[in-house]
Amino acid sequence: MSTDTLARLVADLAGGRIRVVDLTLTLAPDMPAITLPPELGQAWPFRREEISRYDERGASWYWNNFSCGEHTGTHFDAPIHWISGRDLPDNATDTLPMEHVIGPACVIDCSRESAADADFLLTVPFIEDWEKRHGKIPPRSWVLMRTDWSKRTDPEAYQNYDETGQHTPGPDPAAVRFLIHDRDVLGFGSESIGTDAGQAQHLLPPYPCHYYMHGSGRYGLQCLANLDLLPPQGAVLVCPPLKIQQGSGSPLRVLALVPMP
Amino acid sequence: MSNPAPRPKRKNPILRTRLPTLPPHARSRVALGLTAAAALGRLELQRCRNCGAIQYPPRETCHICLSDRLVWEPQDGSGELVSETVVHISQELFFRERAPWRLGLVRLDCGPSVIAHLHGDCAAPPTRLRVLNCLDRAGQAVLVAIPEKETPNMAEDRQLREMSCDPRNRKILVTDGKTAVGQAIVAQLAAAGAEIIWVGYAEPWKKFPGFERIKTIPQVTLMPLDVTDSVSVKELAGEIGVKVDILVNTAEHHRAFGIAARAGTEVARAEMEVNYLGLLRLAQEFGPVMRARGADGRNNAVAWVNLLSIFALANYPPHGTFSASKAAAHSLAQCLRAEMLPSGIRVVNLYPGPVDDEWNQLILPPKLAPAALAAAVVKALQDGVEDVYPGDIAQDWLARWRDNPKALERELAQS
Repeated sequence: MSTDTLARLVADLAGGRIRVVDLTLTLAPDMPAITLPPELGQAWPFRREEISRYDERGASWYWNNFSCGEHTGTHFDAPIHWISGRDLPDNATDTLPMEHVIGPACVIDCSRESAADADFLLTVPFIEDWEKRHGKIPPRSWVLMRTDWSKRTDPEAYQNYDETGQHTPGPDPAAVRFLIHDRDVLGFGSESIGTDAGQAQHLLPPYPCHYYMHGSGRYGLQCLANLDLLPPQGAVLVCPPLKIQQGSGSPLRVLALVPMP
Repeated sequence: MSNPAPRPKRKNPILRTRLPTLPPHARSRVALGLTAAAALGRLELQRCRNCGAIQYPPRETCHICLSDRLVWEPQDGSGELVSETVVHISQELFFRERAPWRLGLVRLDCGPSVIAHLHGDCAAPPTRLRVLNCLDRAGQAVLVAIPEKETPNMAEDRQLREMSCDPRNRKILVTDGKTAVGQAIVAQLAAAGAEIIWVGYAEPWKKFPGFERIKTIPQVTLMPLDVTDSVSVKELAGEIGVKVDILVNTAEHHRAFGIAARAGTEVARAEMEVNYLGLLRLAQEFGPVMRARGADGRNNAVAWVNLLSIFALANYPPHGTFSASKAAAHSLAQCLRAEMLPSGIRVVNLYPGPVDDEWNQLILPPKLAPAALAAAVVKALQDGVEDVYPGDIAQDWLARWRDNPKALERELAQS
């Protein structure tokens, strides 16, 4: 049966009945990096240095060295990333179960609310209202918060800083607890630079999505794009991180398989 | 008086850009003592400790008593013009291209008679004047006689401008305008008559005080530039590199840690990325095109300014990794100077003591105000000097370092 399933999957992909949507932003030097207070340790932004380009350094080939942090660009957060998940088994990029990086995607559209309020917080009633329209979130799903934030191609607008810090949407603490305990999700994904809201250090607990999700062995995805091309339910997410030894996360290519009507 | 600098006409694009030529630059090792003084903007001559005679040109022994006990001593350069001449024909390419050229014989009050380049505002002999020890386009010391009293637009003299790197009417890139020092330099270069100032800024989402204000300076155009990003440096050089006459590298990363106070290499690497590799990236992308424009008319590519630190000479352990990155930049700036020399472009290094900014919060005054550092940059360009140690702390460290580097190392180990 499973042979049939895979054969049909491949045939549907070839026949265009299943579309592959790339949910990844391009890794480029001007891509905004996570910004912390300057006295703290900083993640490296993405950088690319030529090794050779068909020149005296290597006449027939072009290649680069690149550098970046584990949390640069479109990236995956493993449970070990947060202090709450530090002692869990299989909590790093090289040990987490690969079954968890392929799963159903539920896309909650918060784009209108985020456009009106950059500090918009996703709440339990908002999720329940979404479920009334699109069906209950199945267990072991990835929940993706669509905000259209990735359409902000100007880095300044994407980071959205003022003198009180960053202003980007995210989930409130109760919504995160609800997704874990009442819906048993695999992870949470966002379009902005963190799974938490820009002002989430002022919530209780601070950074609730990191704190609760990683504390219960769930994952995060951030800097996602093209969520507007996914249906509310029915797509399948594919998001394996790089197999970095004891990695807390990694840049990755995130794909969605979307059934065409 | 010299002509007030008119805004130069635009370049005629069908004429070839001349290649840089240099004035004669062979010097004996002893004569380089004069160059060492000129690099700091001082006139120093040899005095004999045996008989007291002061001599010029520099020699291995005293021209009176043949003693080799010679010391370099500062002189004020005042003297009298005895005679003058104008060179119309020279076999030196540099002067052929610049003839006519005015020279004078000056009897210095301290004794020797010298031949000096003669400023256009100096009256016919006999007249009082002052002799400066300047670096010429070859980076070697030459004597320049100027009027005793300031004349209008004195710096605009055609011959004097061949020695200086005056920012007036020049197009300047300041690589980081987000810092207080960068902003002060932009403001003072504008006040000194720069024609265009491109101001680089990285990470546009981070807002810093004063950044909005420099946008209101008419000569200023903001340009995205991150010296840690080779792609960004290459793009900006492609866009404006062919026009940059003076590059002032203000990009700096500074944290206050030694080795033990900060685990890991992230901070040290960030300092090296900006302070050392940033300079390397800028030099690789802007250096070649600036070298090609070393003789591009009256407003040629003329200078490259590095903001280093007095900590580059001797490590200040509380800011140990920062000191190391500045020592690396100091060494690389020497390489850049050697590579720029054939095109006549001056590499100016400033070695300030602690600047009064965020990262020197815990250092006691005196600290150098950003405006004072900016003033030192403008003055260095106007005077055409090569090494500047602005402020009391820098002067103190420099004197202690010259006197006994090991003693300074021990003193700093206990700081």
